[in-house]
Amino acid sequence: MSEPKNKLSAWNEVPFGGYILTPGNAREYRTGDWREGKKPVLRKDKCNNCLLCWIFCPEGAIEREENSVKINYYYCKGCGICSVECPVKAIEMEEE
Amino acid sequence: MGKIVALTGNEAVAHAVKQCRPDVIAMYPITPQTQIVEELSQFHANGEIDAELIPAESEHSAMSACIGASLTGARVFTASASQGIALMYEMLFVASSFRLPIVMAVSNRALNSPLNIWNDMSDTMGVRDCGWIQIYNQNVQESYHTIIQAFKIAEDKEVQLPVMSCHDGFVISHATEGLQLLEQKEIDGFLPPREAIHPIDVKNPITVGCVGIPEYYPEIKVQQEVATQNSLKIIKKVFQDFNSRFGTNYSVLSPHEMDDAEVALLAIGSLAGTAKEAVDKMRKEGKKVGIVALRVFRPFPHKELCDSLKNVKAVGVIDRNISFGSMGGALSMEVRAALYELKNRPHVMSFPTGLGGRDTRPEHFEKVTEILLEVAQKDSIEENYKVVGCRGPGCIEV
Repeated sequence: MSEPKNKLSAWNEVPFGGYILTPGNAREYRTGDWREGKKPVLRKDKCNNCLLCWIFCPEGAIEREENSVKINYYYCKGCGICSVECPVKAIEMEEE
Repeated sequence: MGKIVALTGNEAVAHAVKQCRPDVIAMYPITPQTQIVEELSQFHANGEIDAELIPAESEHSAMSACIGASLTGARVFTASASQGIALMYEMLFVASSFRLPIVMAVSNRALNSPLNIWNDMSDTMGVRDCGWIQIYNQNVQESYHTIIQAFKIAEDKEVQLPVMSCHDGFVISHATEGLQLLEQKEIDGFLPPREAIHPIDVKNPITVGCVGIPEYYPEIKVQQEVATQNSLKIIKKVFQDFNSRFGTNYSVLSPHEMDDAEVALLAIGSLAGTAKEAVDKMRKEGKKVGIVALRVFRPFPHKELCDSLKNVKAVGVIDRNISFGSMGGALSMEVRAALYELKNRPHVMSFPTGLGGRDTRPEHFEKVTEILLEVAQKDSIEENYKVVGCRGPGCIEV
């Protein structure tokens, strides 16, 4: 389900009965396309690696790194919860 | 050919199912289908069928069990009627959308309320848009044959759709008639074991029944619709194969006395037999009436129907339900829609007949024919429908 829209398959190309014959392909689905104008931006110099954003992110789009975190924009839907929860204001929502 | 025996419609269905070598049977008993459940349970207890028998706690569960079993590649059978079909409604759509060749025998029965266990077709006509192929039988012999044909149609590589084989509750389901059984080896020669397209298998996992977002749903539905439309060709092929092997004469519809007919009856199920009797009698009286007996309702054979009805002036559709607030019964609306593109289309009147098991006799068809001849003469119709077998203004009681 990650194909660009102009390449979506026709009725005679979609799998029989709507079956998914390649298990695990949900991870290819770019939910990042759902963001509507704003994305969270992390300032690593402010981050204290408390991991509250990692806990609160409903999409698992915050990934852990050595001394901080990284936002995965492929999946991030731009809900802004991380930005609200961050106790040191290290994540700001910015125009895309 | 096998023995000639006397069986009820339901017993004949159970015999056919046994001879089709099913792998899984999941059922819930309901009048007038119960005898099918009883007979198959007896065969199972006697060790005469090597199938998993699942006595489900409801029809919704029975159909769910059929779906799960069919996904593994099993040959699956169930049977139901009336409220049972209403209860399995949502799963009927799942079975057809998953493209599962489940075969269900239906002993047609009216729907509540008032509570009624007798025959009409409110149940199967009510689920006509759920994606199942629907075949209607005229007598016990047909009920027996259709089960065997149904598995062959359903399991065809190009079809892969569930099939309902419908016979009228009590009128066929509980009527004992003589029928000729087929030998096991004849059926084995006609119906090879099922070859599933994508059976579920832990070693090769697939996902079935996932979300179909708007970007995919129409494509998946059109794929299903194309398969359903194309199934008519396979149904004809299976009927021809069956006819040539066993000397029968099955077709999607059969015209009788239609060559020079001025008006026509269109009937489905056991009433087609009664109507045929009436037509033969009226022909002797000089009335130019014919009858078309419809066997396959889904997919709807609209081209064949137009061919058979294009030369008459009026058609009386012997409906077996009322589609409330419409122009009569469900069948009549399909007929009107099919005939619409004809240049000289006949007038169409619906005659919902024998509701809730009200007895229908040849005299009823004579009365219907009188009305049709009048319509043909005046070249106009006053009413879209008239209920046959009902007391009160505007109805035909006889």
